[in-house]
Amino acid sequence: MEALNVYAARLLEKNEYFTPGHRACQGCAEALAVRLVAKALGRNVMVASATGCMEIISSPLPFTNWQVPWIHVAFENAAAVISGVEAAYKALARKGRIKDRGTVFLGMGGDGATTDIGFQALSGAFERGHDFLYVCYDNEAYMNTGIQRSSSTPFGASTTTSPAGKKVAGQVTWKKNMAEIAVAHNVPYVATACSSYPFDLMEKVQKAAQTPGPAYVHILSVCPTGWRLPPNKAIWIGRLAVETGVFPLYEVADGRYRITVHVPELRPVEEYLKPQGRFRHLTPDLTAQIQERVTKEYRKLVAKTQFTY
Amino acid sequence: MRKRTGIEVSIAAAEAVGSANVDVIAAYPITPQTHIVEHLSELVNNGELDAQFIPVESEHSAMSVCCGSSAAGARTFTCTSSQGLALMNEIVFIAATLRLPIVMILANRSLSGPLSIWNDHTDVMSIRDCGWIQVFAETGQEVYDHVMFAFKVAENPKVSLPVILNMDGFILTHVIEPIEFWEPEQVSGYLPTFKPVNALDPDRPTTVGAFGLPGIFTEAKKAQDMALIESKPEIIKAWEELGQVTGRHYRPVETHLAEGAETVFLTMGSIGQTVAMAVETLRERGEAVGLVKLRLWRPFPFEELRRAVGGAKRIIVIDRAISYGGTGGPVASEIRAAFYGEENMPVVTNFLCGLAGRDVTPDDYIAMYQQTRRMVAGRVRQEDYVIYGVRE
Repeated sequence: MEALNVYAARLLEKNEYFTPGHRACQGCAEALAVRLVAKALGRNVMVASATGCMEIISSPLPFTNWQVPWIHVAFENAAAVISGVEAAYKALARKGRIKDRGTVFLGMGGDGATTDIGFQALSGAFERGHDFLYVCYDNEAYMNTGIQRSSSTPFGASTTTSPAGKKVAGQVTWKKNMAEIAVAHNVPYVATACSSYPFDLMEKVQKAAQTPGPAYVHILSVCPTGWRLPPNKAIWIGRLAVETGVFPLYEVADGRYRITVHVPELRPVEEYLKPQGRFRHLTPDLTAQIQERVTKEYRKLVAKTQFTY
Repeated sequence: MRKRTGIEVSIAAAEAVGSANVDVIAAYPITPQTHIVEHLSELVNNGELDAQFIPVESEHSAMSVCCGSSAAGARTFTCTSSQGLALMNEIVFIAATLRLPIVMILANRSLSGPLSIWNDHTDVMSIRDCGWIQVFAETGQEVYDHVMFAFKVAENPKVSLPVILNMDGFILTHVIEPIEFWEPEQVSGYLPTFKPVNALDPDRPTTVGAFGLPGIFTEAKKAQDMALIESKPEIIKAWEELGQVTGRHYRPVETHLAEGAETVFLTMGSIGQTVAMAVETLRERGEAVGLVKLRLWRPFPFEELRRAVGGAKRIIVIDRAISYGGTGGPVASEIRAAFYGEENMPVVTNFLCGLAGRDVTPDDYIAMYQQTRRMVAGRVRQEDYVIYGVRE
């Protein structure tokens, strides 16, 4: 596969629709994920973004990094805004006021905007069945406001509102599994991705865009600032998230599960946790708890891939 | 005059939205707005209206869908009341800054708590400074006419601002009135197809809703304020054209028996009709009393108001909302501000009444007039507002 990737890159869109010059931190794997998603979708797309890191780094008035139509309204409503854009497009195309050119509708938000404050709007848009793709760029905390915990923050992580204290060792709850929640909405295409695996990511984004009705892609987006990592380790740690089974890469097409990046033998989670400052305080006991959970969840996922109907 | 049809005002309002050939409707049910959206969904599902009806999961999403839809160039409508408006509050403000010509009917209802479904103006007063054009209707016919007016003004490229059409909950939404409908050619003549100034379009990519650093935020706000102020001549023009189509002439401020009045009542919305009865009675008794009705709330019609009040010495402002622990009636504080520093500044008394659907009769307004006469013997300040009709 490694050799083929050399050629695969040549097949990619050359243009950038999320351009350089934005104001993200060094080593931001979320900005990289946004760039890859934009590249995968090309120019025939309309984007609604939630408030958050990706919004503020790319749109300080009067500048923009977006080479495609892009709208930001508020924090918790990207899914509703893109619902409106899609509805307008449908109505106007039907009435002959615009030409239907198969434009793709992309809603995007961070983990806070998706799994917490924008959860209801996203659930509503899924349920109504709009023809859109929603991408969650999950950096596992409210990074834009200063690394506060969200429901997507993993167990044990130290954040500014789940600090590793003398009595409580960081986040005490397990990460909300948003991809599974999308599956529970009967969303026809759901996938997880990581910018450390760019071809896997872009292929999934294109599949999601081609799926009629709603689609959901959940992208683990390494945040060196919030995860307390050197900026040059972002891609590496993303790979470890996958290789340890902490964040498996899979897709659920029409209810059928498929692991897209196979990990024949999971590496110990300690390899993933140790380099990150947010997990520095973890005791062997807590690490063991995380290992147990990761193994169990991974087995559940594998079992789902064997389920047919 | 053309034929009038007896119809519930909510249904007539929905018919007007349908006649306007709206493209996208997003709404969430809340009393007393429900009949409007129910009827719109009927029109869509019966194939009588070619539009996308988006039954959202909350009012917050209703206004968010409207923002997306309007930004994509579709004629967009929503409708809410009270708590629904409170829930969408955040997005209401943003819609104005984004200059999105959304039309919203606000079926005015009291804001909780205590929970009440009945009419007053506490909902709309909570978003006084949202930057939308805000008008009040007094009758069902006015509601019907103002749907066309609202789209025309909002979508005017010189304006490009959202419009709120206020109609009193139940008092207007749930009554049957004889309404004169517009013919399709009247609608198409008055209201051209929406041509957005700047729609989301892959051929002409635009960034909508960029964030404002301190170095540019003030300029953005100044531009927004100017846009709202400068919409007034376009609003007046749209009313004049409406008059040519229908023979009904609307103005920012309207009067009834105000000529030579020493005391004028000032009202907004449907209570104007009840106050008019009180004024007529008082006139018959030889009292120099008139009525001034504020139709346009934002942009505030300072000049028209001063002209309408004329040389009156006293203004009795009827408020349907409370600014707790502050100025009492939000309308009265605006009226006072409008006259502050003017020569022969009139004395303003302020009565808060009709809260959450409490009936107020012509006799009550006559009693307020008499109370005003007693009050003006001394000094009347803003904090001397009266919550009228409190049972002790």
